[in-house]
Amino acid sequence: MPVSSRFVVLLIPLAVIAVFWLMARREAASRGPGHRGYFDRNGALLGTVFLALVGFWTVFLVVLPYLYMVVESFHPRLIPSKRGGPEDVLTIAQYKSFFVEPSSGNWNTIHLWAFIYTIGVSVVVAAFNFAICYPIAYYMAQSGTRQRVRVLMLLLVVPYWVNEILRAFALRLLLASKGLINQMLMGAGITDGPIDFLGANVGLYVGLSYAYLLIMVFPLYNAIESLDRNQIEAARDLGAPWWKIHRDVVIPYAKPGIASGCTMVFMLSAGSLAAPQFLGGPRTLWFTSIVYDFFFQSFNWPRGAAYAFILLVACIAFVLLMLRLFKVSLGETIR
Amino acid sequence: MTSRAILRAMVGFYIAIFLLYLFGPLLVTGITAFNTPTYPQAWPFETFTLEWFVALWNHRAMMEGLLNSVIIGLAVVALSVPMGLAASIMMNQIYARARGLFYLVTVSPVLTPGVIIGISTVIFWKDALALSDFTKSTFYNGLVLATLGQASFISAYCMLIISARLQRFDRGQEEAALDLGASFPQVFWHILLPFLRPALISAAVIAFLTSFENYNTTTFAILADKTLVTVIAGEVRQGTTPALSALAVVIITISLLGAIAYEILKRREEARASRILEAGRLADRQAKAELAA
Repeated sequence: MPVSSRFVVLLIPLAVIAVFWLMARREAASRGPGHRGYFDRNGALLGTVFLALVGFWTVFLVVLPYLYMVVESFHPRLIPSKRGGPEDVLTIAQYKSFFVEPSSGNWNTIHLWAFIYTIGVSVVVAAFNFAICYPIAYYMAQSGTRQRVRVLMLLLVVPYWVNEILRAFALRLLLASKGLINQMLMGAGITDGPIDFLGANVGLYVGLSYAYLLIMVFPLYNAIESLDRNQIEAARDLGAPWWKIHRDVVIPYAKPGIASGCTMVFMLSAGSLAAPQFLGGPRTLWFTSIVYDFFFQSFNWPRGAAYAFILLVACIAFVLLMLRLFKVSLGETIR
Repeated sequence: MTSRAILRAMVGFYIAIFLLYLFGPLLVTGITAFNTPTYPQAWPFETFTLEWFVALWNHRAMMEGLLNSVIIGLAVVALSVPMGLAASIMMNQIYARARGLFYLVTVSPVLTPGVIIGISTVIFWKDALALSDFTKSTFYNGLVLATLGQASFISAYCMLIISARLQRFDRGQEEAALDLGASFPQVFWHILLPFLRPALISAAVIAFLTSFENYNTTTFAILADKTLVTVIAGEVRQGTTPALSALAVVIITISLLGAIAYEILKRREEARASRILEAGRLADRQAKAELAA
């Protein structure tokens, strides 16, 4: 049984809960006698059930797995019988291996490049989706009639009932060398031989954009929808051209929605697995695919966990940086 | 006025292109489901056939996966809706200073990439369930782990949906019931839950659908078992067969029917609402007329 430093993580949630409890006690004491306590309010039975449900979720399904994954990433890769033994020490070797290849001692350019590529492509996908979804969202929120908007919304939702893999499959049928687009291009005499869209990663880019269109449309729609139409009318009456209305009235107003859509698309794209697996070229290394291979091909869980943690930290840091740059608070984004 | 017409035509054109982008790939896939060649091909269309639907029906692995997907989906609903409900009620009662941290912890799974949720679930529960032989042999399998992994973020969706409605709950109703001698559990069962019913239903539906089509978390947490989505992934990896196109056709048909039913229901509801409004206005006018006379 691997009883080791790993069990230290159990203490962290306990400590946090203790702090919560102390804060609650102090606050309750300052509230005066008229205030009802938690169990008074909900009854003993319901109060216990709520507490147990929330406790199970937050502690056992959220906090502990995350912490445990992080702890695992600071351990060496060992066969199961040696786990918890003397060789099972804390180490940063897994994180070092991301920068320096352990076998050769050279820079780990393959993984570093895959990391930069993943982040870069995800940023471009988020920007591209914003550009193509903004007109639709604006139309639905401000100028469409109610009935037409509802039909449009249903049409937007229907493709999303088809799961990610089948959508990737559909795009692959279109873009494959024997696919419809190549047939059309060759039939029209534009090209002589098939273009390798999938090998050139066109499939990957289209797949990522296609997969997260809806994720962009809805936050934009919600944000623009609450904008008072009179503001646009006023700007128009004062002689503002259409592009200025968007730049100075609509976009500043919809900033939280834009931030929310872009954040979601960026995070989903950076963490996506289906599009790179099924639409990426054979030589393309997406960061999550590398993590996948550590788990299922080389069975190196600690290194996979370390890479996963690097991805998570990088994504969160990037999103926070962007929110800071565009002056939007995190609370406004998740809504 | 002509510039306006041009603008309108351009908007229409743009929407058409957008919808083509959205539906084009699915449409082409749909055509390949009815064409005979073993490589899914839309053009040239050789002969109309339904053999791929038969092949889909006879695909053992897919049917087993479908069963597992339904089981996991129901288990996720059974876990996530109560957890989301409990969390949204506690969110309202928790001390203001702790609320920020509580919100951060509960919403963080929504922003975490699904791959990472899957990995952390497997790493943690593998060791946690290995504590005794009984838990290891009973619970350490793909169905349980996939349920736990999915529930961790689907509960957050449920919480957000339920919280949105809970914010509109009129505290006065609760006060009134309490003044009339109801106990807190009675208020919960007879007032709060009926009020939250629509939110609970939509949370359950969304939880099931999200679970059903999840890939990123499930592919790690499912271990040696399979769900419909992981079976499909395996098929696509090996090569392509028109049976997958047939599956896409089935799913699109079901969802289109669902969407149409929803639209009809909504329109009927709106018609009823406007009729009630009209009746109300009429009664109001009559009352005023009587008052004047």
